[in-house]
Amino acid sequence: MKFAIVVFPGSNCDHDAHYAAEHVLGQDAELIWHKDTSLRGADVVVLPGGFAHGDYLRTGAIARFSPIMQEVRRFADAGGPVLGICNGFQVLLEAGMLPGAMLRNASLHFHCEHVYVKVEQTDTPFTLACPPGRALKIPVAHGEGNYYAEPDVIARLEKNRQVVFRYVDASGQRTAAANPNGSLNNIAGICNEGRNVVGLMPHPERACELAIGSADGLILFESALKAVTERAFATSR
Amino acid sequence: MRARVFVTLKQSVFDPQGTTVAEALHTLGYSNVRDVRQGKYFELDIDASSPEEARRVAAEAADKLLANPVIESYRIEVDAAAPAEMVR
Repeated sequence: MKFAIVVFPGSNCDHDAHYAAEHVLGQDAELIWHKDTSLRGADVVVLPGGFAHGDYLRTGAIARFSPIMQEVRRFADAGGPVLGICNGFQVLLEAGMLPGAMLRNASLHFHCEHVYVKVEQTDTPFTLACPPGRALKIPVAHGEGNYYAEPDVIARLEKNRQVVFRYVDASGQRTAAANPNGSLNNIAGICNEGRNVVGLMPHPERACELAIGSADGLILFESALKAVTERAFATSR
Repeated sequence: MRARVFVTLKQSVFDPQGTTVAEALHTLGYSNVRDVRQGKYFELDIDASSPEEARRVAAEAADKLLANPVIESYRIEVDAAAPAEMVR
């Protein structure tokens, strides 16, 4: 199978995602420049972390005008699996492909540390290989990851089981202290109603080998492989 | 024509930057500054035949791009005078 990793001007986790997909998972992966207009037959699309377009205006706000985003939207509308990591999540929010918005971290600090996120839903292409309820140790690195949406949107996300990842402590408990940025309901990641578009602030691609502290993030890439192999969430292209 | 667009976080949205600025002002002795809301300011020079048209264009720009309606609201002021005259 093949991963497409979109490269915006200012992306800086693109090569980490490429490495995770190609060298750790052992699958094809291709970096796709944001001005390209084709995903070149990819089965899974990753919008990586970084500072697309310099975070000008708002984080992720300008990226939706990049030519490749039309293709990403078409791919997602056809049911294709799309993963937005950190800045990629912010891009998905600004593009309206996921609901809500990001505020500055409540502490105003840029948080760069390993945290625990609980996998709350396993019927997405990026969590289906994961044991339900498992807490993954993966790093966050962001200044604007304070997830916000109107109360009715939050209620709908919870009712539809669209909260996929939640910040927890090492024992898996959802506490205020485990929330690095002030996100409502400790939300670390969500999916769309079709469940094929997933965004999260933590960086699974930076936690795919034990040599760098944790390999817990690899399960997202393994899930994508399983989803494509078993034709769950394959596009209707 | 020049349109000025002021974008701020909605009242229902917590503004950690504004709160921090307010605390700093309190440290400077401005205890009478009760609250601070931080926002963004845009100046749009628009080719328009009337202030109403300039306002409509600025509102569309704010709706589509300058503000994120999930967390922000905006206010527009239009100056009918030529932009150069507005520079102080």
